[in-house]
Amino acid sequence: MDLNLTSEEMQFRDELRSWLTGNVPTDWAERREESLESRFEYLRAWQRKLFEGGWAGVSWPRKYGGRGANLMQQVIFWQEMALASAPPMANTLGLGLIGPTIIAFGTEKQKTRYLAKILSAEEIWCQGFSEPNAGSDLASLQTEARLDGDSYLVNGLKTWNSYGWIADWCELVVRTDPNVPKHKGLTVLLVDMTSPGISVRPLRQITGESEFAEVSFRDVRVPVENVVGNVNQGWDVAIGTLMHERGTFGAGLQITFRRNMERLIELAGQLQRNGKSAAQDPLIRQKLAQCYAEIEVMRWNQMRAFSRINATGVPGPEGSIQKIFWSELNQRLQQVAQELLGPYGQLEGVSPHSVDKGTWAYGYLRSRGNTIEAGTSEIQRNIIGHFVLGLPRSY
Amino acid sequence: MQFGLNESQEILKQNARQFFAGECPMTEVRRLAESKQPYDPALWSKMAAQGYTGVIFPEKYDGLGLGNVELILLMEEAGRALLPGPFWSTVALAGAVIDAVASDAQKTKYLARICRGEARSTLALLEAGASWDLGDAKLIAANGKLTGEKLFVLDADVADFILVAAPSGVFLAEAQAPGLCITPMPALDLTRRFSAVQFKDTPAEKLGDGTNLIRALNIATAALVAEMVGGMQRVLDLTVDYAKMRKQFGKPIGTFQAVQHPCADMYLETESSRSAAYYAAWALEHDAPDAAAATSIAKMYASDACRAVGNRSIQVHGGNGFAWENDLHLYYRRAKASETMLGDATFHRERIARLVIDPVPTSCGGNDRSSR
Repeated sequence: MDLNLTSEEMQFRDELRSWLTGNVPTDWAERREESLESRFEYLRAWQRKLFEGGWAGVSWPRKYGGRGANLMQQVIFWQEMALASAPPMANTLGLGLIGPTIIAFGTEKQKTRYLAKILSAEEIWCQGFSEPNAGSDLASLQTEARLDGDSYLVNGLKTWNSYGWIADWCELVVRTDPNVPKHKGLTVLLVDMTSPGISVRPLRQITGESEFAEVSFRDVRVPVENVVGNVNQGWDVAIGTLMHERGTFGAGLQITFRRNMERLIELAGQLQRNGKSAAQDPLIRQKLAQCYAEIEVMRWNQMRAFSRINATGVPGPEGSIQKIFWSELNQRLQQVAQELLGPYGQLEGVSPHSVDKGTWAYGYLRSRGNTIEAGTSEIQRNIIGHFVLGLPRSY
Repeated sequence: MQFGLNESQEILKQNARQFFAGECPMTEVRRLAESKQPYDPALWSKMAAQGYTGVIFPEKYDGLGLGNVELILLMEEAGRALLPGPFWSTVALAGAVIDAVASDAQKTKYLARICRGEARSTLALLEAGASWDLGDAKLIAANGKLTGEKLFVLDADVADFILVAAPSGVFLAEAQAPGLCITPMPALDLTRRFSAVQFKDTPAEKLGDGTNLIRALNIATAALVAEMVGGMQRVLDLTVDYAKMRKQFGKPIGTFQAVQHPCADMYLETESSRSAAYYAAWALEHDAPDAAAATSIAKMYASDACRAVGNRSIQVHGGNGFAWENDLHLYYRRAKASETMLGDATFHRERIARLVIDPVPTSCGGNDRSSR
């Protein structure tokens, strides 16, 4: 065990640090009340800048626009981004899930075609996994793809697509063989979102925003060369994506969590409790310290997990603890924010009295989704129970 | 950067697991728990022969000269076996304190005896106020003599010499010294016991002022967390085995999600505590800027986690988990003792607050809207 940086890692860190010092935009926090679209374009420009600096895909192969470094350098990357209070990147799903899936399962041609544009945020990606009747039981999905000449004809309805409203491409899971057990007839397709027959309907969610969409496919043609992995072996590909989603995706979240934590500590110094600063209130101190500690434990869990993946090559089912950890932690953190802010926590950005332009009210509602998206907490616990602890299947 | 064990650390851990499994099986733990003193001199000699009693101390004092990570690996395995007796208090607590505060001559005299397995020791810290804040010690040390009372002194009944925290520094009193009186404080943990230690004009040797005491206590804390992790892992293993074997409604109870999910939570809590223990040990070893915070975070997290793991475990075991014959309660008792030892979660949250809230950061983040 050695958490010291090697000389190579040190050089990487120093180079990154000096690049970040000169390039991290300082006005991200001021964008809070802008529209989803305008904030997205801001983050897209930031990602583009990272890409041009060679920092967008640290652990991706060099020939596809990455830096060719190992996963530990990826860990250092996120830690430095957090220390520099850098904004997150725009193409979240492409970077965290779909890119790694294409790297693991894609053909050479697919890698050359898609990866660099994911890194540069030129092409934004979404995931077509969930359906109205296939949520936790993902393998029961109904969207079908029928082979017709040298392309598939896709018909069906996908829902809860994050970034569906802006995505150029979609990693789509479809049923290519309805006559075999449900896990054995699935295939993963890369679908151009401008294809005729696709329509996107924004889903208005609990926060009032439409960050997700419902996407319908009606006789949409997808060339056979857009199959990722093997036909009817799409479950393995989808699980590969989900393992990334659960195991390594959380690393970037420490940026957000750490910024929020620092801000809460600062706010505690400005608010009053029982005749003194809230930062001196014993119960507030307990709660802030608990959140701070859990963010650190999350970071150490991730460092351990990355070291293991660096050695084994792939994320395993134990990654489910990362998903449970960050999602439940964020809910606790947002609740602590509400307790600290009291009635201010509910104010919308338009109120002149609002704190941080209403984002704590937003964050409180948004965090409810954390334990549902990317596999509910219940599904994660099933995965740990069965695949990690070896308990019998419950279904 | 590599947050995993290297080959020699892996071997040390595997050897320790085999050693404790062979030398200290649960039958032996139960025998010692029911005996007058939960400590076996023959086992102690074997541990010393392995080098365990001197693992982190310099070779010039007959130690192995290894690091804190190696110490916590041994503690983890000792915790898994529920090793009774004064291993933690002698090595991770008293030994670390001597190493941190004493002179070279004193180390040659006392620390070397610990390394060679010739002496057992402990640190007397708490007084009637039961405060873990070092500043609250009131015991009088004057003219080379101690007067006052220390409570909750772990393993004092088997110690050859006892370290004492006083306002003016750290002292050492031989267990047989005049005016020193040890009285048992019967408590939950049957495998490691508390005593009250009274001092009345008891001659004592000053080891040093308290300057480096906190650093030694941080090492002891990280080691204790590791021991808790070992206990949690064993309790998790027992619970998963039970859930696979115990049948109700015609199938193993582990088939039911109402049983699977608490097992998954135990796994999460155990692994997270382990990450924290390893990180803290490493940070202390390398004097990282966040070493003190990391230690408190680890103890805070594990203190709550070990209680939660124990609670879930008994619940999954049903009536069997409530039975004296089942080993679970022995772990559950130790877990409660370890939870409060050197400060519980509430104590350490306040310590964390002093480190991270009081010096308010100047950078301004703001709630990011991207919540995932």
